[in-house]
Amino acid sequence: MQWEAVIGLEVHVQLSTQSKIFSGSANKFGAEPNTQASLIDLGMPGVLPVLNEDAVQKAIKFGLGINADIAPRSVFARKNYFYPDLPKGYQISQFELPVVGKGFIDITLDDGSTKRIGVTRAHLEEDAGKSLHEDFHGMSGIDLNRAGTPLLEIVSEPDMRSAEEAVAYLKAIHSIIRYLDISDGNMAEGSMRCDCNVSVRLKGEEKFGTRREVKNVNSFRFVEKAIKTEIQWQIDELESGRKIQQCTVLYDPAKNETRAMRSKEEANDYRYFPDPDLLPLEVSEDMINRVRAHLPELPAQKIERFMGELELSDYDARVLVADRAVADYFEQVVAESGAKPKMAANWVSVELLGALNKNDLSIEQSPVSATQLAGLIKRIVDNTISGKIAKQVFEELWASGGTADSIIDSKGLKQETDTGAIETIVDQVIASSPDQVAQYLAADEGKRKKLVGYFVGQIMKLSKGKANPQMVNDILARKLV
Amino acid sequence: MHDKTLKQLADALAARQISSVELTGLYLDRIKRFDPQLNSFITVTESQALAQAAAADAARAAGKAVALTGVPIAHKDIFCTQGVKTSCASKMLDNFIAPYNATVVEKMNAAGLVMLGKTNMDEFAMGSSNESSFYGPVKNPWNTAFVPGGSSGGSAAAVAARLAPAATGTDTGGSIRQPASLCGITGLKPTYGRVSRWGMIAFASSLDQGGPMAQTAEDAALLLNVMAGFDPKDSTSTHIDVPDYTATLNDSIEGLRIGLPKEFFGEGLDADVEQCVRDAIREYEKLGAKVVEISLPNTHLSIPAYYVVAPAEASSNLSRFDGVRFGYRCNDPENLEALYKRSRGEGFGEEVKRRILIGTYALSAGYYDAYYLKAQKVRRLIKNDFDAAFANVDVIMGPTAPHAGFKLGEKAANPVALYLSDIYTIAVNMAGLPGLSLPAGQSNGLPVGLQIIGKHFAEARLLNVAHRFQQATDWHLQIPAAFA
Repeated sequence: MQWEAVIGLEVHVQLSTQSKIFSGSANKFGAEPNTQASLIDLGMPGVLPVLNEDAVQKAIKFGLGINADIAPRSVFARKNYFYPDLPKGYQISQFELPVVGKGFIDITLDDGSTKRIGVTRAHLEEDAGKSLHEDFHGMSGIDLNRAGTPLLEIVSEPDMRSAEEAVAYLKAIHSIIRYLDISDGNMAEGSMRCDCNVSVRLKGEEKFGTRREVKNVNSFRFVEKAIKTEIQWQIDELESGRKIQQCTVLYDPAKNETRAMRSKEEANDYRYFPDPDLLPLEVSEDMINRVRAHLPELPAQKIERFMGELELSDYDARVLVADRAVADYFEQVVAESGAKPKMAANWVSVELLGALNKNDLSIEQSPVSATQLAGLIKRIVDNTISGKIAKQVFEELWASGGTADSIIDSKGLKQETDTGAIETIVDQVIASSPDQVAQYLAADEGKRKKLVGYFVGQIMKLSKGKANPQMVNDILARKLV
Repeated sequence: MHDKTLKQLADALAARQISSVELTGLYLDRIKRFDPQLNSFITVTESQALAQAAAADAARAAGKAVALTGVPIAHKDIFCTQGVKTSCASKMLDNFIAPYNATVVEKMNAAGLVMLGKTNMDEFAMGSSNESSFYGPVKNPWNTAFVPGGSSGGSAAAVAARLAPAATGTDTGGSIRQPASLCGITGLKPTYGRVSRWGMIAFASSLDQGGPMAQTAEDAALLLNVMAGFDPKDSTSTHIDVPDYTATLNDSIEGLRIGLPKEFFGEGLDADVEQCVRDAIREYEKLGAKVVEISLPNTHLSIPAYYVVAPAEASSNLSRFDGVRFGYRCNDPENLEALYKRSRGEGFGEEVKRRILIGTYALSAGYYDAYYLKAQKVRRLIKNDFDAAFANVDVIMGPTAPHAGFKLGEKAANPVALYLSDIYTIAVNMAGLPGLSLPAGQSNGLPVGLQIIGKHFAEARLLNVAHRFQQATDWHLQIPAAFA
């Protein structure tokens, strides 16, 4: 049987506001437990929430970034349930009227094809605190630093059909929130979290199957694995003639399995109702326009510009644009080096990103700055060094810092461009390789191209790689007759 | 001294006829002497009061006194008071020392008022007789076999017996006006949004409003001058300027159009109470007012709608009392669920539990539209009734309560009968309007209140209309004999 998966994602993004969504406490990760929890965050008797306008602006920014409608009037509602890390016994969220309405995100898959994923809505809400179950001798500790952190919950349409599409969508959201500078998107620290609604149906069937919700998956890799595992589990169940029961499940990365947490029957009745402590949120056309005016260039626009204005390939553009910091780095290298964008793109996406990946570093942690890399590329452009030597200089920059110029000087790596000096080496190589010369001269034009490589290699070896490759080629062509 | 109004005490302090320390000591003595009969205080803050009084005297000596510097006051135990037990008359908060001041308390402190203590009330302000308090019922100073009304029964009884010159109260469905009526004092529920709710422990957030409970309209005006105003900490407080409420007290009420809703004078209204109210209206006519009969046709829907909206909000507001961070926690819970169930089961009283259950039910999936949403629509109808009426009248008058009071225990077994006694006050909260009760007569030795309802933010007009009545009558000067 041909099965088809149907996937929708709920992505929670912590907004990087200075203070919390309804209190003045600092909104920072990693402080000592309960040091960033005010009376409001503790849910003390008599306290009241006051909405942080910056959180609203960031939500609007996101809405504009995904071509969504911004609601002129939205309403905060209380979602009621009991849990020790939920101080008030309810979470302030948005239910019937969210601030961001329907929008969409275009994703690109590995094979280069694109697909449009619908976004149903995005709403503002407050995060809960954390329960700590270790180090309390059979009791639980509660850390309310996270309570009240502004969250934007982004709900997709069930438009994805594979784990790969889901990850591509998640990465697209990650890229957008980083471009918009509304969240650091750090999944390891929980700044971006994902619930995956997964169901399976026979291909061609229009009706959705019963879905299960995989809760709180916290990395791109786990999202992919969890969805794949869940899809396979559901297919196995269906093929064994069993029915899928609607429930929430947890993904266990250690065992690579999804386990049911609670069924639909056990689910809470959240008793949503409008929060009487907060007025409806009114967003004026004026406010939307003000946010729009400060909207940065978004990934899709940047890719277009890189391919058009900078003449990069589709692939290069996507690699560079995926992370805003990488794109910014690249543009700085182009501006400072004066090199052709293609050349700068190669250096950033191959050499730099390769080294960063190998060392598990982010672009922000790169030991080679954009200015340092631009300084190096400048010397390729002006023929001071060859591309090959440049790689050596890059390694030195990576390991010890400094500037390309200082390394080229101290290691004597400047390219040999003196015709006489290169001719001497060429003559030397020709003289010591009579067999190869004979072979070369006997060969036809096609074979000669291959055989000339031997001579170039020998010359470069003798010149310690410093001979200007173009000059070597010219002189060889002149002498091998 | 204790038979003086807040205004007279302020004048005496200003004239240095008495110091704040002396005055405060006088009231503390009265509380010690008389409160065992009334149970109107949960906490008396003697040492803090004397310290505040000394500071007030020092401020006066330094020439820094303002209108009410050094005047004693009592706060309903629903207002958070830093470092002082704030119980809401519940076992749930019997151990709760508030870590901060309510905005109302903060403003009173800043104005130099001296806090005598925290007054008794119905548990979490849920009740109309002050019998649901964890600390026992409050007695009516006019007849201690009778209830003082509620939920601000402690504040009303304390002021009526002159154990405090004035007090704060809160009003969700009549909790300032009804006890003011039953105890023979003047109580004002301001427009929703006029007084900050920050630090006022929430019962039903869309209805709750703090206000003054005093001997006279003039005293209430002086207190509202201090209490009212926008608070950045309360998103539902309003940006409208606060006038000097004392400035217009003596304005003429010649030509004032008084609306009398026919629904307020129908079945269920005690004959004596009706007589007192009609006499009071006649007094107003003598003062130049004109009476217009009006209709508020949806009045009968106000109680059913209120008993959906208020419990729904309460069920959510009271979720934070879970035994985890503050307040009552049961002994040795076997697991988390037991911690919740037992802490809440043991910490809340019967009436509070009843309302949490009603509210939880009304908000449940499948019932929300039929109850909560429908009740909100009724609320709109009630508001429309008032808007239509105020197109033709300046104020609306009627009884505050259908009776002059009832005996302790009389309605304890019948909560619905108790709910129905709020018929004239609840609609005012549903519409967010200001309402005032002032003493306008007596029935069998118990005071009877006249209710005056105004347009949104027309507190100055209400106080003016009440003050003119009090200039012409002396019901507000009566003190129960046992406490005179």
